[in-house]
Amino acid sequence: MQYTFITLVENKPGVLNRVASLFRRRNFNIESLAVGRTERPEVSRMTIVVDCQGDMDAHKIEANLYKLVNVIDVQDVTQQPAVTRDLALIKVKAGPERRAEINNLAEIFRARIVDVAADSVIVEVTGTEEKIEGMIELLRPVGIMEMVRTGQVAMTRGAYEGTRRTPGATGGGWRDEDESGLAEY
Amino acid sequence: MKLSGAEILWECLVREGVEVVFGYPGGANMPLYDAMLNYPIHHVLVRHEQGGAHMADGYARASGKVGVAMGTSGPGATNLVTGIATAMMDSSPVVFITGQVAAHLIGGDAFQEVDVTGITLPITKHNYLVTRPDEIAEVVREAFYIARSGRPGPVLIDICKNAQIEKTEFVYPEAVHLAGYQPQSHAPATDLEQAVKLLEKAKRPVILCGHGVLMSGAEQVLQHFAVKTNTPVTSTLLGLGGFPASHPLHLGMMGMHGEAHCNLAIQNADLLLAFGMRFDDRVTGTLKTYAPNAKKIHVEIDPSEVHKNVQVDVPLVGDLKNILTDLVPMVDEYDHEEWMQQINEWRSEGDQRSIMAWPEDGKLHVAHLIKDIWNATGGGAIVTTDVGQHQMWTAQYYFLDQPNRWITSGGAGTMGFGLPSAIGAWFAHKDQEIWTIAGDGGFQMTAAELTTAVQEGANVKVAIMNNSFLGMVRQWQEFFFEKRYSAVNMVSPDFVKLADAHGVPARRVTQPEEVAEAIEWARKTTGPVVLEFRVEQEEAVYPMVPAGAALDQMLRRPVRQK
Ligand SMILES: Cc1ncc(C[n+]2csc(CCOP(=O)(O)OP(=O)(O)O)c2C)c(N)n1
Repeated sequence: MQYTFITLVENKPGVLNRVASLFRRRNFNIESLAVGRTERPEVSRMTIVVDCQGDMDAHKIEANLYKLVNVIDVQDVTQQPAVTRDLALIKVKAGPERRAEINNLAEIFRARIVDVAADSVIVEVTGTEEKIEGMIELLRPVGIMEMVRTGQVAMTRGAYEGTRRTPGATGGGWRDEDESGLAEY
Repeated sequence: MKLSGAEILWECLVREGVEVVFGYPGGANMPLYDAMLNYPIHHVLVRHEQGGAHMADGYARASGKVGVAMGTSGPGATNLVTGIATAMMDSSPVVFITGQVAAHLIGGDAFQEVDVTGITLPITKHNYLVTRPDEIAEVVREAFYIARSGRPGPVLIDICKNAQIEKTEFVYPEAVHLAGYQPQSHAPATDLEQAVKLLEKAKRPVILCGHGVLMSGAEQVLQHFAVKTNTPVTSTLLGLGGFPASHPLHLGMMGMHGEAHCNLAIQNADLLLAFGMRFDDRVTGTLKTYAPNAKKIHVEIDPSEVHKNVQVDVPLVGDLKNILTDLVPMVDEYDHEEWMQQINEWRSEGDQRSIMAWPEDGKLHVAHLIKDIWNATGGGAIVTTDVGQHQMWTAQYYFLDQPNRWITSGGAGTMGFGLPSAIGAWFAHKDQEIWTIAGDGGFQMTAAELTTAVQEGANVKVAIMNNSFLGMVRQWQEFFFEKRYSAVNMVSPDFVKLADAHGVPARRVTQPEEVAEAIEWARKTTGPVVLEFRVEQEEAVYPMVPAGAALDQMLRRPVRQK
């Protein structure tokens, strides 16, 4: 299952490399990783989508991220109400005769045509993973020449926060109660 | 006042309380070496940067302070790499300082340019590339703090040559500001209560004493805890000395070459209290059948160790000493008499098989020699080892009643660690007796440091257990490769002459009756001494849990007929 983590890191050279190297070394599979600036110039924000077997893997990822000195905060927003967005640019093979058709398809997804050339157009689409996958599927028969995606970015809605499992991160523990009243992970 | 980056570095090292650094100069760190002459820090010129790294590591482990090792760029830095990885695997606080080519040359494959921060990224707790002199003070302050706090570990600072030379205003940072790095010190009370509940129900509990006991200074409170709750204690390789070996509750070492009754106790336990240890494969055997009936409490400072290898019932993340101090008043006295009896039965069965029960047979056995050195030194020496069979025998038979006297490469198993780590330990405790136990193979990996010992007058006693084999590999070939010996026969130089060439007094011992006298001679002789023991060649370390087997599936030493 895909888990989505929001990670705040210090905005310093080499931090992206540290995170990527950690995932490689610990054998975690990154599905997508998007990094960018935040409202605070000294902090960058990463949205990391990882394939996990379950919450135990998620715990491992969080705890390992905290081993990096430059990591400030890690939240798992997989189960939280959150806005997630990905952006794709898709260059489609299309002469003037097919532009209207593509325009119609794009409109269904509230996508836009952002460049028109003699025999191709570029479609820009923003949205959830599923929406972008849907757009791609519709454009595939037309003929996709080139495509690029930013990877997912995420933000929890309202006052919601993601799960923080690592002890020490918030002072809170991570436990489910079984019959004996003891933690079972 | 304006100072050069190099001067700032030394100013900061002095403020960190650094007394000694182990290093080697070269083009990219010459400004550091020039500035060094004006500061009251002793520099030890090593013979190979790996040796310097192990010395700093040995110094750190013996003193509890941060060790410092230095090298130049390129090959100087890559020679440090084995030592850095060794320190990382055993959570040893060492700051490594390397020279780097000038900032404007980086990325251009300049002479002796190597991407040191890239290479050491996965084998340091943290590392820094410094391109400007005004970064140095803050970086050094942070590096020492990171190295010694939380779960300790090595930190590397790679300093560009221009940053060493250029001048800037020196401002010593009063405090360290790290937004994300905040090691947890105490566990929440609710978690402690859960641990106590498990302990109340337990009939067959065992404490696993790890390196963390020593690193957090929890030896005393561990004793209170174990005695109050009447719980037996078994140690990991690096946890030895964390609990007195002569204490009736102490069982001995667990794991691949642990004592049988310790492994049996773990496999039959209904509760494991893992204190500052990380369930390494060398102590668990196969995880599928590890302590199958035991609930597990894991006290550990590094949250990423929790549930890593073994899923536990109650993780308590924080400083072990604090957590045990919180726990002691919460627990009661429990009766584990039956359990202790069972363990002691297992123990007496093992005693019959012990190599110590062997009659004198005219040969030198490493285990016996370790016991002889233990007797001669009253068990009070600082002992470092190399890696292999002799290391396991030393762990088994140099019984430690005191902490921080046992220095060995556990996680990395780095051959060549013994002699340099002993030299490093000597700088921490010049008044104490220091022995290093080495194999003929491992000794030769860093033997050049004998000269360093001579140059510094390091009072270390080197015992080479010469079995003319790479003994541990030979043992594996004997057990698991049908005795097809491949690349394990080792021709060695004449160790006595080799020592002599270094100006080190040395003796060769071939007969049991020479042993006691030779050890006494070594102890009385000041400065470095080499003893070469010609030991039984094809001896095996028992018990042995084959890699991947269950912890109680041990190969046992056959009982010898008298
Ligand atoms: C640097 C390094 N290379 C290889 C090994 C693998 N290894 C582990 S024990 C051992 C044999 C050590 O032989 P020796 O030093 O003679 O000690 P003995 O086992 O005979 O006591 C070897 C080769 C290692 N641990 N470290």
